[in-house]
Amino acid sequence: MTETMLLVPMRTAKQGVALNAGKLKDAYIQETSTVEFKQEDMDRLGLKTGDRVRLRAGTQEVVVSCKPRKIKIQDTALGIIFMPYGPTTSKLMVDGDTAGTGMPDSKHLMVEIEGPLAQEESDGQ
Amino acid sequence: MSTTLRIVNGKVYDPINNVDGAVQDVCIQGGKIVESVPGDAPKIDAHGMVVMPGGVDIHSHIAGPKVNLARKFQPEDHRYDPHPGTPFTRSGAGGIVPSTFATGYRFATLGYTTVMEAAVPPLSARHVLEELEDTAILDKGYYVLMGNNSFLHRMLEKGRMEEFREAVAWWLNASKAYTIKLVNPGADEQWKGDKNSNITDIDQKIHSFDITPRKVIKALIDAANDLGLPHPAHIHCNNLGHSGNYKTTLETMRTAEGRKAHITHIQFNSYGGEPGKNPISAAKEISDFINDNPNISADVGQVMFGESVSMTADAPLSWMLRHVKERKWINCDTECESGCGIIPFEYQQHIYTHALQWAIGLELFLMAKDPWRMVLSTDHPNGGSFMNYPKLIRLLMDRDFRKQEAAGLNQKAMAKTSLLDLDKEFSFSEIAIVTRAGPAKLLGLKDKGHLGVGADADVTIYDEQENREEMFKTARYVLKDGQLFIKNHEFCADPVGRILQVAPEYDKKIEDEIRPFFDNYYSVQFDNYPVFDTHVETEVVPTYPLQ
Amino acid sequence: MDNNISGEPNIKVVKNATCTFCGCVCDDMELTVDLDQKRITKAKNACVLGKAWFFEHSVDESRPLARIDGKEVSLDDAIEEAAQILVNARFPIIYGMSNSTSEAQRETVKMADLLSANIDSTSSVCHGPTGMGLQGVGEPTTTLGEVKNRADMIVYWGCNPSDCHPRLSTHFTVMPKGMYIPNGRKDRTVINVDVRATATSQLSDLFIQTKPGSDFELLWALRILTRGGRLNSTIEEQTGVTIAVIEDLANRLRSCNYGILFFGMGLSMTRGRHYNTSALHMLATDLNEHTHFVVKPARGHGNVTGADTVLSWQTGYPFGINFNRGYPRHEPGEFTTTDILTRGEADAACIIASDPIANFAKPAIDHLKKIPVISFDPKPTPTSEMARVAFTTSCYGINTPGTVYRMDDIPIPLRPAFESPFPSDQEILIPLIKRIRELKSVSSAAA
Repeated sequence: MTETMLLVPMRTAKQGVALNAGKLKDAYIQETSTVEFKQEDMDRLGLKTGDRVRLRAGTQEVVVSCKPRKIKIQDTALGIIFMPYGPTTSKLMVDGDTAGTGMPDSKHLMVEIEGPLAQEESDGQ
Repeated sequence: MSTTLRIVNGKVYDPINNVDGAVQDVCIQGGKIVESVPGDAPKIDAHGMVVMPGGVDIHSHIAGPKVNLARKFQPEDHRYDPHPGTPFTRSGAGGIVPSTFATGYRFATLGYTTVMEAAVPPLSARHVLEELEDTAILDKGYYVLMGNNSFLHRMLEKGRMEEFREAVAWWLNASKAYTIKLVNPGADEQWKGDKNSNITDIDQKIHSFDITPRKVIKALIDAANDLGLPHPAHIHCNNLGHSGNYKTTLETMRTAEGRKAHITHIQFNSYGGEPGKNPISAAKEISDFINDNPNISADVGQVMFGESVSMTADAPLSWMLRHVKERKWINCDTECESGCGIIPFEYQQHIYTHALQWAIGLELFLMAKDPWRMVLSTDHPNGGSFMNYPKLIRLLMDRDFRKQEAAGLNQKAMAKTSLLDLDKEFSFSEIAIVTRAGPAKLLGLKDKGHLGVGADADVTIYDEQENREEMFKTARYVLKDGQLFIKNHEFCADPVGRILQVAPEYDKKIEDEIRPFFDNYYSVQFDNYPVFDTHVETEVVPTYPLQ
Repeated sequence: MDNNISGEPNIKVVKNATCTFCGCVCDDMELTVDLDQKRITKAKNACVLGKAWFFEHSVDESRPLARIDGKEVSLDDAIEEAAQILVNARFPIIYGMSNSTSEAQRETVKMADLLSANIDSTSSVCHGPTGMGLQGVGEPTTTLGEVKNRADMIVYWGCNPSDCHPRLSTHFTVMPKGMYIPNGRKDRTVINVDVRATATSQLSDLFIQTKPGSDFELLWALRILTRGGRLNSTIEEQTGVTIAVIEDLANRLRSCNYGILFFGMGLSMTRGRHYNTSALHMLATDLNEHTHFVVKPARGHGNVTGADTVLSWQTGYPFGINFNRGYPRHEPGEFTTTDILTRGEADAACIIASDPIANFAKPAIDHLKKIPVISFDPKPTPTSEMARVAFTTSCYGINTPGTVYRMDDIPIPLRPAFESPFPSDQEILIPLIKRIRELKSVSSAAA
């Protein structure tokens, strides 16, 4: 199924560790191509941990894996997904407009989510 | 690239050597003034010109964390005053708070070759030293803030005066500073620890400490004298800017008990009247005291009309100014050491207080019996930019111009001062005293501020003009350490100035006391705090401690 | 001592070393260094990010010192090619600088001045909007030690230091005891405002969750309450926070003794940008009518603060600066790198210690891929791998001495652990600037 959600790129300690090892290495690429959902959103979309989903913004699209957010205290944010900054989130920043500030709208990306993808479809990426 | 050179036919003003306008040669070799040079040495014909030592500024805010914050937060200040580069010089931004290179070039254009940065917390020592390195042309040093130092407060509280002095010496070495600076002593603790309150009386108890501002003032004046620093404790008094504050200023000067002390931008501390009400002039009371007490020196801190920027370690003062006019405001607390406030400001002719401040500054200049101890400053950029110096010089040298300017000001304020009764006009020699010879002497810079044999060959040559403002605006020739770098008003070189510091001796045992204080209350490691000797190149100016 | 003939491991311990990974710039590291292997084996006091920083920056001697179009060349050849690219460009841009010493940053600005180039740091896509807030409304702020000594109220707004600045809370702000905070954590109230719960929310006493993009409204509501006004109920729908919670927050803020608002990209990168940061600065200014209150952006890279600082003292402006008229001009949106690239204006780029290919907006990356790029980096990155000229550099703090500016503008010295066979940024910039000067004097003589 397809649904539009708000993607908020962010940072994680794991990403920070991985970028020291090297941005061309698997650990970094994997951490920056995994999107986090709230469990309720995953259930509603029929997604399981490790499933592949397609994120589409404008003419750009990426295929990433998904996982549930680990939340230890109450968090009400439904319909918002999170992914660490990196080449994947960059690709979805289709608008270079900065509203005269130098800063593109980096934490507020509306993306269309398609998934879970069939194995062959995600391999094609 | 120092040259051998003979300056001929110029009128020389060199008050330290009692030369008052005589037409005589000035000979330069090896970066110094020398007795003579070979007859075939290159000459500068200074016919119709005035020759003086390079200017020396005893108190300007030109570098370091608060200056840089003031640059950063005022793009509007630079925008209409760009400073283009030349084949010899770097570009930059102008305005009231110019970029570092531009600051150096602009001071040099006025004929200044030495400038002292007036207030930096020791925690930012590396910062100010890096900026000073990037401040073109000038020799420079800086004063390190100690009047609100928590460790020193604790030593005082316990009455451990020997350790206090050792710690002061350690701090001067660690920060590579030139002298001790006090700013509104005791007030930072009120500001940071007691919900933005201030010190109002130098005998009140400082919040969280069992000491008074007077005790801090006395201890630091004594430490500077005991350590034999070339320039004594440099004091921004309590109650600055408040009506009736001249009493605090007098008390501060009395606290010196005959020992050397320098009161800075004293104009801002020469107000009569009742606190909270309009000020009146107390220039006479202040002048009388200084005239009678040769241990005290001061710089004026003249206010000049137009844009300024108030930048000060006196955070409560800045907060008061924000209530005068709700302009954008910066506050910056420095752990265990200082506060800081910055606010753009404008002195306006029609405003009573501003007109009065202008008049009080001039009164202080004109009433001083000893110009060697009442030297020129605008507390750049607090009273106005250093670019106003030429106009200020004209105000001092030209009585008619002064009266003409006064006529355009708030007349209620003029009526509260005696400025219009003061007919004195400064001579070239007196201008040379308040802009170079005096500050050099007060700073203990023996090779500066004069043109005697052995002096640094920092020399300025002005075209003599009837309009003194025009005359002092752009020097025709300026030399630094014997190198000609402004020739016919244009830059032809970019010599590198020195950074001057003191390094008084101290007992290393004091480090054992300071270290645990750092471990508990600072956010940097004790061993990383002192500026490494490899950080910047400095020149140590000798101290003469009491035996 | 590179010649180890004893056969014993050649170990050195560096005390009070500085970690330059994030803006905390912790200077209490104790590094154990294997000099034979040229790597750090222990990093006492380092956080998870710091450990990765120290352990992963060993020297890979198999990497070429310099490459042109991917082929190994001598350093001299690469400098010549870089100089030619920059001198012949009509609109060269210089970008990055935040992982470089202030000494190298000063050389970088000198190069921009000489080339009449555009220069910008990673600030423009980090806390650039915070700098604009500062320019608009000012800022009450502090050094981190004063937070440790005095702050009884700490607010983390739109930032997650537990992941991004792990020692901010443990070493500088929340946990330590201070001069007037004798019991450490117990004497402080910690509040987290964010669009999502994070590890930072967990260490806080209070977590306030806002709707994405509503920070300005919430900050303005707090200003209204601080100035004695009343709120309209629409605020609840706008922000997702109840009036009762907002009022409680406003009360807590104005009744503390010494409060601080830390904030991050959650304000600067979202709707409102510099309006958000301005609102936050103004809220803190307003709170000073009641108590002592300060703000502090949690800055990212080790010396991004130094880039702002050095640019400000040499040019008067903190980021987004253009020298093409022979003097510096500053205009966010015009001279900021994302905009220049998105408009397709630059015809050459020199990227110093930064990786825009991995984090710029897509249209900016597309243009960067079309023009010759010169890259300085100790590690292979998407940017270094596509660069026309790529220099492998030593790593600041680990191999290179110098100064960096912590997030609170405090300069911290570096104590390198071991020597690298690769040159520092500065060691490349100095001959590069010399060569640019020669080429420019030839071309101006020819004209």
